[in-house]
Amino acid sequence: MSDSNVSADDLHAPTKEMTVGDDLVIEINGMHKWYGSFHVLKDINLKVNLGERIVVCGPSGSGKSTMIRCINRLEEHQQGQIVVGGIELSNDLKKIDEIRREVGMCFQHFNLFPHLSIMENLVLAPMWVRNIPRAQAEETAMKYLERVKIPEQAAKFPGQLSGGQQQRVAIARSLCMSPKIMLFDEPTSALDPEMIKEVLDVMIELAEEGMTMICVTHEMGFAKTVANRVIFMDGGEIIEENEPNSFFDNPQHERTQLFLSQILAH
Amino acid sequence: MAEQTQHIVGEHPDLQPPASTVGAYGWIRENLISTPINTFFTILAIYLIYLLVPPVLDWLIFSAAWVGTDNTVCKNETGGPIAAACWPFVVAWFKPFMFGFYPDSELWRIKLTYWIFGLGVLALVIPAVPFKKWVAVFLLIPYPVICYYMYAGGSFGLVAVETPLWGGLFLTLVIAITGIVASLPIGILLALGRRSNMPVVKAVCIAFIELWRGVPLISVLFMSSVMFPLFMPEGVNFDKLIRALVGVTLFSSAYMAEVVRGGLQAIPKGQYEGAQALGLNFGKMMFFIVMPQALKLVIPGIVNTFIGLFKDTTLVGVIGLFDFLGMVQAGSSNKDWLGYLTTGFAFAALVYWVFCFGMSQYSQHLERKLHTGH
Ligand SMILES: Nc1ncnc2c1ncn2[C@@H]1O[C@H](COP(=O)(O)OP(=O)(O)OP(=O)(O)O)[C@@H](O)[C@H]1O
Ligand SMILES: [Mg+2]
Repeated sequence: MSDSNVSADDLHAPTKEMTVGDDLVIEINGMHKWYGSFHVLKDINLKVNLGERIVVCGPSGSGKSTMIRCINRLEEHQQGQIVVGGIELSNDLKKIDEIRREVGMCFQHFNLFPHLSIMENLVLAPMWVRNIPRAQAEETAMKYLERVKIPEQAAKFPGQLSGGQQQRVAIARSLCMSPKIMLFDEPTSALDPEMIKEVLDVMIELAEEGMTMICVTHEMGFAKTVANRVIFMDGGEIIEENEPNSFFDNPQHERTQLFLSQILAH
Repeated sequence: MAEQTQHIVGEHPDLQPPASTVGAYGWIRENLISTPINTFFTILAIYLIYLLVPPVLDWLIFSAAWVGTDNTVCKNETGGPIAAACWPFVVAWFKPFMFGFYPDSELWRIKLTYWIFGLGVLALVIPAVPFKKWVAVFLLIPYPVICYYMYAGGSFGLVAVETPLWGGLFLTLVIAITGIVASLPIGILLALGRRSNMPVVKAVCIAFIELWRGVPLISVLFMSSVMFPLFMPEGVNFDKLIRALVGVTLFSSAYMAEVVRGGLQAIPKGQYEGAQALGLNFGKMMFFIVMPQALKLVIPGIVNTFIGLFKDTTLVGVIGLFDFLGMVQAGSSNKDWLGYLTTGFAFAALVYWVFCFGMSQYSQHLERKLHTGH
């Protein structure tokens, strides 16, 4: 688990009121997944409204990554239903591509393309997936690089950037596709403590602007500041789900209590 | 120690490195005599150089016959061949070595394509020249077509030149470059097929690769020239050269496939996921993200295959094509030049080496250029 929780006080305090809309953007009904005979996700039910910021936590191996990776079909589920932005995920490649265009994702290890410059990393998908002309794609890319505060790195290659900078580029790269939903899979757990804050601050700003986010993280400070719902998973199941204050102050399930006592002991 | 402590902390001046680590003496000390074993090998190497280099230079240069238009300068007192290189042989046979029996009046066609190629390569290598991408595209796609029409003739008012007249280094280059240009894309497709999830595609690709890799090139060439016509209906008669080209290409694409597959295996899963998460479909993901990285990783292996292919083209001699080496052998069995085969081989070795070394250097240049610090 993370040894370096940034406390809520250190983080950029949200200035705007973050509201949640009524439109359902993700709906998961009775979803199951197996790896071979290993039942990794069991009866997952989750509804996400537009503008929600959901933090998913739980012990290692509990299926957090697998669950959010099912949402953009990096993993295939075997039973149940996943509907994203009104499109139900099936084996139809067209629908999968359509969903992936609307869902951005940031990974623990950034997954930038090392052979391309930062700018090329950012304009590639807009140009070749959305058919946006290069000049316009570069303009958008520059805008997002400024937002994540590294416009001066545009010509460099990923290998020349620090971990925190790379993760911010990865966030900018997703944003360039103007996604409706952002998924984060432990975006800060491969980073040194001093870089965690710079990435979390970018994510908080994103939340303020009303981005719908599902974020797997152990940064409880972030969860308290930003999340409107916290989900606790263990053994492939969603064990508990609550708004952050009640979740942290008054966990219902004993496994949640155990987990929180461990993670907050640091 | 005592000297150094006199400087004020924080204001230490830059000092010269110790004398024993710089200059010629420092270099020798570091590289040639740093340990007793190192010293031993240095002496051994110098001794081997002393044994080998002077006789070779003597044979190639100092005792060699240099000027002359016939074989008289290459004979000793008893009328036998001299015990050194006979360069007039190479001069006399230079044209067949280079172009085979291609008619003199049509040689300009070959030379013109060489010039175009040379200029294209210069444009690629010199950093200041713009439009590199277009030059590369030109060399890869229209240029081979132009070459085909130029060499074969028979259209655009050019006299037809039958392939049996093609020969020498020219033929070697035609076979090698066709093989190189065609085997890379075929190899890439085979490598992708072998990693495919579709069982039939995968099985076909594995069977193809293992079949061609398991058979020696010489038998591929024999088969293509002797057996292939037997299976063809009466009257269908492929040019011998085309059969050799197909054989060489398929053979080397099987090797290329395995080289490329090695590169594909080294690409982390995260690269695929990063591309997929952005909505790139399979083709775009492969073209923009996976292949560029995989191919870059295996440049040494690709060039290795190219060099192997270039030298293997000499085997087309077995089906009666006179490539460069075949021409050298033909020349030295000419009655005027009997006994100078070694000189011919030395010349051939030099030419092959120049080409292969050139490829190797270009690959290293590419590797350095494509290095992006990861
Ligand atoms: N490709 C796979 N094949 C088989 N089992 C897998 C595979 N990927 C993950 N698993 C297993 O599925 C379970 C859930 O994995 P997952 O990566 O979703 O956990 P997680 O909650 O994200 O854990 P962590 O906090 O360590 O990232 C683990 O037990 C893991 O070993
Ligand atoms: Mg995980």
